[in-house]
Amino acid sequence: MRSIIQSHATEFALLVVIAVISVVLSLSTDSFLTPGNAFDLLNSSSVNIIFAVGLLVVLIAGGIDISFAVAASVAQYVTAILLGWIGGGGWISGLLIAGGVGVLLGAFNAFLIHKFRIISIVATIATFNIYFGLLMFFTRGVSIYNLPDWLTERVILYEREMADGSWIEITLPVLVMTICVIATWIFITRTTTGRQLYAFGDNPDGARRFGVNIAAMQFIAFGWLGLMAGIGGLVQAHYAQEVVPNALYGRELDVLAAVVLGGARLGGGKGTVLGCVLGVLLISITQNGLNLAGVSPFAFKMIIGAIILAAITLSNSNLEKRLPFMRQAKGRG
Amino acid sequence: MNALFNRTRAFLGPEMAGPGFALLAVIVFFSLASPQFLSRATFGSVAFQLPELGLLTLAMLLPVLTGGLNLAITFTANIAGLTAAWVLKSNGGVDAGPFAFFMACLLAIGVGAASGLVMGLVIAYTRAHPILVSLSMMIFLRGLGEFLTRGGDISGFPAFIQPLGHGSILGLPIPLLIFIICVLIWHLLLTRTKLGFNTYMIGSNIEATRYSGINTRRVQVLVYTLSGAMCAIAGIIMMARFNSVRVGHGESYLLITVLACFLGGVNPFGGFGRVIPVFVALVVLQLLSSGLNLIGANQHLATAVWGILLIAVMVLRFSAGRLKFLQRIKG
Amino acid sequence: MAEMTSMESSPKPLLSLRNINMSFGGISALKNVSFDVLPGEVHCLAGENGSGKSTLIKIVTGVYRPEPGTIIDYDGQTYPHMSPMTAQAAGIQVIWQDLALFPEMTVAENIAFQTVLGSRPRFVHYGHMRDIAVKALARLGVSLDVDLPLKEYAIAQRQIVAIARALVGEAKLVFMDEPTASLTQSETDHLLDIVRNLSAAGVAVVFVSHRLAEVLDISNRLTVLRDGALVGVYPAAGMIQSRITELMTGKTFDHKLRARDVSANPVVLEVQNLSRPGLFEDISFTVRRGETLGITGLLGAGRTELALSLFGMLKPRSGTIRLEGKPVRFSSNRDAIAAGVAYLSEDRLSLGLVQPQSIADNLVVASLGRITSGGFLSDDRKRELVAGWITNLGIRIGRQGDAVSTLSGGNQQRIAIAKWLATDPKLLILDAPTVGVDVGARAGIFEIIAKLADSGLAIILISDEVPEVYFHADRVLHMAEGRIVNRFAPRDCTLRDIEAAVYA
Repeated sequence: MRSIIQSHATEFALLVVIAVISVVLSLSTDSFLTPGNAFDLLNSSSVNIIFAVGLLVVLIAGGIDISFAVAASVAQYVTAILLGWIGGGGWISGLLIAGGVGVLLGAFNAFLIHKFRIISIVATIATFNIYFGLLMFFTRGVSIYNLPDWLTERVILYEREMADGSWIEITLPVLVMTICVIATWIFITRTTTGRQLYAFGDNPDGARRFGVNIAAMQFIAFGWLGLMAGIGGLVQAHYAQEVVPNALYGRELDVLAAVVLGGARLGGGKGTVLGCVLGVLLISITQNGLNLAGVSPFAFKMIIGAIILAAITLSNSNLEKRLPFMRQAKGRG
Repeated sequence: MNALFNRTRAFLGPEMAGPGFALLAVIVFFSLASPQFLSRATFGSVAFQLPELGLLTLAMLLPVLTGGLNLAITFTANIAGLTAAWVLKSNGGVDAGPFAFFMACLLAIGVGAASGLVMGLVIAYTRAHPILVSLSMMIFLRGLGEFLTRGGDISGFPAFIQPLGHGSILGLPIPLLIFIICVLIWHLLLTRTKLGFNTYMIGSNIEATRYSGINTRRVQVLVYTLSGAMCAIAGIIMMARFNSVRVGHGESYLLITVLACFLGGVNPFGGFGRVIPVFVALVVLQLLSSGLNLIGANQHLATAVWGILLIAVMVLRFSAGRLKFLQRIKG
Repeated sequence: MAEMTSMESSPKPLLSLRNINMSFGGISALKNVSFDVLPGEVHCLAGENGSGKSTLIKIVTGVYRPEPGTIIDYDGQTYPHMSPMTAQAAGIQVIWQDLALFPEMTVAENIAFQTVLGSRPRFVHYGHMRDIAVKALARLGVSLDVDLPLKEYAIAQRQIVAIARALVGEAKLVFMDEPTASLTQSETDHLLDIVRNLSAAGVAVVFVSHRLAEVLDISNRLTVLRDGALVGVYPAAGMIQSRITELMTGKTFDHKLRARDVSANPVVLEVQNLSRPGLFEDISFTVRRGETLGITGLLGAGRTELALSLFGMLKPRSGTIRLEGKPVRFSSNRDAIAAGVAYLSEDRLSLGLVQPQSIADNLVVASLGRITSGGFLSDDRKRELVAGWITNLGIRIGRQGDAVSTLSGGNQQRIAIAKWLATDPKLLILDAPTVGVDVGARAGIFEIIAKLADSGLAIILISDEVPEVYFHADRVLHMAEGRIVNRFAPRDCTLRDIEAAVYA
């Protein structure tokens, strides 16, 4: 048990914090701790979780990506237009197109990073401006409201009325999110390629000397994030029932904050899918709870910012010193 | 003559090659593309647009030189602007006197510096990654600003602050003058003071600098505090220019300031970079957007071209490095 | 002559390199070098920095391709060159100096990396990896929790993990690059046991190092390189470090004892009962004006920690430090520098100098006050100050603005010394000042140290190379496990006496 807590300290801490917040909120509001609310939360967090697991893969491989959210917007827009041309399409063709566009945009980042040795933050800040500038230029900032019916129709996979009268619903975004989370988990923990990504992020030079294909690592990591961005983009269009070219602008930093809160390390080699999902959920739960508690919506972000700042400060200020059971075997053994 | 050349070169530094080349290319290209490019109007639009982005870029520059980043710059500027607006408002709004404005500026700079101070302390004492610390500060400040303003504008300031955003002295826009003064202060700070010296040192290797007896924590705290203060100046100029304060003003500048630093030859890992090449890079960016405007494109295309320019410069730098490497091998 | 010794009636070599030539951009790195390794032997490959040792490893492991004409005979096959894949498949493994491990991954993943994770895309079987890891560790007679992340273990265990990883792929030939550089004596002993077992099991081991005293005992033969050319192949038995040094540098060093009697000089530093439990305990000594006090002992003896506490970077728990009679208590190294203490770090690359920054800036960083006028730094004063020290210490540089990293190890160390002299210290602590400095350039460093002592500076010279302190210090302290266990006066004892005590 001790070793499980030790090796998953971040996830454990997040769970504790989530539990504490939930208890406080459920005492102060009636509607927080209801199944209906829980599933609402899951529905509304789906897109961010999809982005987050994608970004996690890039962070593990030692990179960072600022451009994925606008790439998702590009994927959304291109998909909406292409679907119009081919006369409707369906979820399969939609996901293929959106995912494909996302992978292409991610691969372009990887190309710049690998071929010209541009560090990822510089390369993706450049592509962030290129993708967003071109999207706004070509679309003239015009939104698309006329989407195919299948895309805007709410797909409810399971619904039930609870005893307290609230409805629980599992909608399509949750399904897609679950698939993305599981796929990412399998990919990074259960395949050789995934473990090579960890190794590459942990010690790039060492990985190279042991025959890891560096180019492949970059393309796979940024390609995976591109895929998730494309899928997330389409799901967001479904959820919002419209395609607004700057709707996702700025989302990249919020997702980054959540992923890092979940224990991923800037610099590579560290991070888990569970932590990443908990990081997103912690933020959504706080926001949702504050909402239900009647706090002004304008105050949410401030409180969330303060929580993240506090979390980062605490997690970096030598927790081991304060909690002896978490002390690691350091120095000479 | 040779000495003069060497002095100039030392002043400009090796970082000048990229932005200098880009400046020439942009001027030549747009002069050919549009006859109106080399005109007073272009100069005027660049001169008025440069300061906001420029001041924020100066605020970004110091943390980048230490190997960090300050993602909170735009919202620090907003919050500082709000502070100034609040002081003016509570002293009569449009009827507020110059003293109230002076106090407003002082307090705004204090608030900006305070936000930097908090980030600096967290970064220096917990060694948390600057990206994370400033990112959470950004989210906090954005929330705080939206909470205070309920998402609206604050306006109604005395008329005498308007020249700060729109006026000219001897044909030079006042905001431009303020910006140039700040550029010179930053140049002086980085080349002539201990703080500047140590900024470069800790950017390259903070531990080795600490072993040399430098108070590296103090340097980091000061760097972020100054960065915050510079944001406040940007916030005041924005307030004067728009005659209002709204949280979110200038938000899109955030990543452009990072782009401008890298375009100006600043090392993304820290330790190297000068103010003057960054200034030239900023001029290049504004000329680009004015030039594109002239030939009928909008700001969004300019944004995309900025990104392409950054990639072009990085690719050229990579190729030049490779060429040098090959030459060294052959030589 | 070299060829003669290696051509005795010996078994067929496992690895035989003939006529290796390798050049980088017209500069020759290896000139017509031949190199043999016998099955199951322990072989030392010695040479200074830049002598071609690492180029040779990289050719054998396929990282570099040698020029045509090279013949690599390995295990009955002839190759024009190797590739990383063929080398690994043929059982050639390297334990790199930096170990090339993955600290965030588990011990099992690190050990099974090549065999399981390094392969083409497929699903991972953690059980399989665990089995491989446990088996490989058992072969070394070690048991570690293979499910813990590697970062939980100290450097010695990590090295064992690196060795275990090398053995997973049925290694026949293992190169160890500077294997003892970061190990304490008992850890080194354990490593040597492992190597003996490997050798007995038929695995050939090649030690690559510029300092081979510890491993000579268990070695069979020694190959020495100098400036990319083969100097010779020698039997290891009877070889001593000073002879290897001569072969490596091509120079004979006649060491003269420097030790003098300075007991009449006033005391600069007096340390009494200084303790920091776990690091050092009950340390008492004095250093006088113009005196060089040597401190030796093995890695982990607490030498550096003691030095750091004299420099204000590590707080002692109890005991007193007096500088020129006045008790001092430093809250940071800034206090120590102000009081006249300077500390040259043992880790020049990451702590001693800010490598990417300029020579001039590195030289003035600790004494910025001296180049400040009216609150601003003066370029002219900086240039003068730097030029003065460059001449004074005979440092060879290009331009003052060049990065420190462009200099040779010896010149870098002089810059680091100059940096501290510019602070005008009373006491200069030199922690391993010759690490990463070519043997030939070391004499120059010691000349500087002698000159400084003659000018009245009190110096503490820390080194784990006993001859350095024996020949260059006036008195020698021997530290082990955080305590001073012996005090020697070089004028009254022999080098052997100290070595016997240290390596006992």
